[in-house]
Amino acid sequence: MGASQTRAEHQYQDLADKTGFSFEQIKNLYQRFQQLSGNEETISRANLDSIPALANNPIRKQIIGAFFDKRNQHQDEVGSCDQIGFEQFLMVMSHFRPPNLRTTDEEKEAMRKEKLRFLFNMHDSDNDGTITLAEYRKVVEELMSKSGEIGQETAKAIADAAMLEVASINVPNMGPEEFYEGITFEHFEEILKGLEMESRMHIRFLDVDTSTMRCGKSQS
Amino acid sequence: MENMGTILVFAVVGTLWNVFFIGGMIFAVCQIEGVQLAGVDLLSCLLFGSIVSAVDPVAVLAVFEEIQINELLHILVFGESLLNDAVTVVLYHLFEEFSHAGTVTVLDGVLGVVCFFVVSLGGVMVGAIYGFLGAFTSRFTTHTRVIEPLFVFLYSYMAYLSAEVFHLSGIMSLIACGVIMRPYVEANVSHKSYTTIKYFLKMWSSVSETLIFIFLGVSTVAGPHAWNWTFVISTVILCLVSRVLGVIGLTCIINKFRIVKLTKKDQFIVAYGGLRGAIAFSLGFLLTDNERKNMFLTAIITVIFFTVFVQGMTIRPLVELLAVKKKKESKPSINEEIHTQFLGHLLTGIEDICGHYGHHHWKDKLNRFNKTYLKKWLIAGERSTEPQLISFYNKMEMKQAMMLVESGSTAKLPSTLSSVSMQNIQQRGSGNRRAIPSISKSREQEIRKILRSNLQKTRQRLRSYSRHDLMIDPFEDNVSEVRFRKQRVEMERRMSHYLTVPTNRQETPSVRKVCFEPEHQVFTYDNSESPRGPRARPDPGPLDAISLVSESQRPNQSREPRAKVPEEQEEQDQLKLSRCLSDPGPNQEEDLS
Repeated sequence: MGASQTRAEHQYQDLADKTGFSFEQIKNLYQRFQQLSGNEETISRANLDSIPALANNPIRKQIIGAFFDKRNQHQDEVGSCDQIGFEQFLMVMSHFRPPNLRTTDEEKEAMRKEKLRFLFNMHDSDNDGTITLAEYRKVVEELMSKSGEIGQETAKAIADAAMLEVASINVPNMGPEEFYEGITFEHFEEILKGLEMESRMHIRFLDVDTSTMRCGKSQS
Repeated sequence: MENMGTILVFAVVGTLWNVFFIGGMIFAVCQIEGVQLAGVDLLSCLLFGSIVSAVDPVAVLAVFEEIQINELLHILVFGESLLNDAVTVVLYHLFEEFSHAGTVTVLDGVLGVVCFFVVSLGGVMVGAIYGFLGAFTSRFTTHTRVIEPLFVFLYSYMAYLSAEVFHLSGIMSLIACGVIMRPYVEANVSHKSYTTIKYFLKMWSSVSETLIFIFLGVSTVAGPHAWNWTFVISTVILCLVSRVLGVIGLTCIINKFRIVKLTKKDQFIVAYGGLRGAIAFSLGFLLTDNERKNMFLTAIITVIFFTVFVQGMTIRPLVELLAVKKKKESKPSINEEIHTQFLGHLLTGIEDICGHYGHHHWKDKLNRFNKTYLKKWLIAGERSTEPQLISFYNKMEMKQAMMLVESGSTAKLPSTLSSVSMQNIQQRGSGNRRAIPSISKSREQEIRKILRSNLQKTRQRLRSYSRHDLMIDPFEDNVSEVRFRKQRVEMERRMSHYLTVPTNRQETPSVRKVCFEPEHQVFTYDNSESPRGPRARPDPGPLDAISLVSESQRPNQSREPRAKVPEEQEEQDQLKLSRCLSDPGPNQEEDLS
């Protein structure tokens, strides 16, 4: 027990430094990872797909896709992979950490950029660095897909209006001949700066072990 | 919603702390020799504490509205002031009973706690019942819009009265009723009724607030006073001290459970914003007459004056000095709305992947419950299945349409900050798309049917006046009609961008006239849209005529083909209009808000 314990701790230390989680949180997430992967080393899309609670989520494909997207690993790779290990799982999760009292303003800025980058990657499916009108339309359609039969027209109209808004805020003096290619990351940041992502885009990661409390939940 | 826990802790625990601290310390002060206060016993002191420690919603609202502080703090202090009513009511009655009964047993203490839960939860339930009743009623008022505001006021007041009759907390019942009624009534009620309700309530609350403070002032000047320096001064000091201590202590505990922690600045504002007001005064006034009542009243009035005047007046410069975050001026942006929803779903999804039930999970569950059951019962017509994004979008469109009307003639449109139009974001590969896009036969039939039915609907409006009918204004009844109209207007504007119309700006004057001569104008618009409409009409300028021509070729309402129409026209006409007619888009709000 002793040797493996220190090795695990050493590993955790590594992960903690990279992702910023605490040991307790990493342990809990590891347990969840084991649960999801069926005690394997990696999880695939099918594992995540089978979580029953996600069935009602209109954007689950994008969420699952984000886990397998190499751009979210901060290693300048692109493309997607089929299986991810625990470290990659943690990297994706680390995008959702909240700021704490001691985070300085620059760190908050960096956090916000990181989170916005995550969102941007989710929208920009063909990885060309811009969100085109077609991609944005797809986003709106997916968002409304679970809310009953919405006309395609309405979804298109909303996406068009949104795109128009982005264009008007960022490039106000466009001539009628020019064409707005798509939303770049800077424009994306600009339009969402009112939302204060660093305080909104986070979930509460557990510091205590709740596996014993999760009785009756499905073992997915 | 995430702050509910914090608010409750502040309201309940904070108020309790205040009561016992102030009561106890005052009693200690009274024990000091030579202050002539020996006659005041512990129970009276506790009673006095319970009166004077409740933060008052009226005073808080009045002051915080002005300083425009950020949402979080506003909600915290205001929420606390509302929810501590239950605590105050219970404690007040409790101590009053005790001081008459003379002795206090442990049983009484336990009963007091039970009483607190009954009062607050009972109040909330009563309010909820009336809230649902109100929402349900508003579902059926589509034909008699006049009584909608009446129902809202009635149900709210009934909620308050019923709760008070049973000695439950009237304020909590009122809050619950309002919170529950609001989303459904807002969806059901007409725009005019909504405005009426909003402004009538504002007026009424303004009047009541003023009356309360006038009464306070008059009693100050006229009432019997028993001034006792020690008592009054120690009360004021103790109020401040206990508030500060309470807030600091509670924040330490609360911050362990919050994700977004409260900073020292926030704590200061929460502590400093704890103003006492009329509730304290009325409770004091209701005390049974004895020789201590006057002294208590004097002290209460002094505390109220001190907090309202001194703290109320200085909070604004302090807010500036400390650079506390202010409320951000946000105009509704559809991108923000899309992303707020997106974020909600994303976070729920991640929580599900993580495997624990957090805030987002429960919020999502509540939303889904709301959608599947409640909305069906409580919202009239097809709006019950409208997803939130669409209602938001509709609201924005309506606002834009209204602003368009109010802004008057196009000549007055301020030089738009952006000349971006639909043209710029549509795909450029339009070379082969010049041909008229073929719409399926069925769709065309559908569209013709819609146009025809709208035309018929407007023809059927009678111009009879009766006390129970409102003059039906075309902007009124139907969201879709407004959207319809708005799209017309916008499309015309866009077309004028490319057409060689000698700048005939009659378009908007006729829009403006819609408000005054509904009957007349409605015909103009709808007729110009219908493919079979008579061409000779009194008002439309050449603008409408051209739109007639182009529309009759392709009568459809989606935007994409319309964007192609300008290209079509452009091909025919070489001249372009000045760019000030281009689509101002959302910037319109910027200029006119």
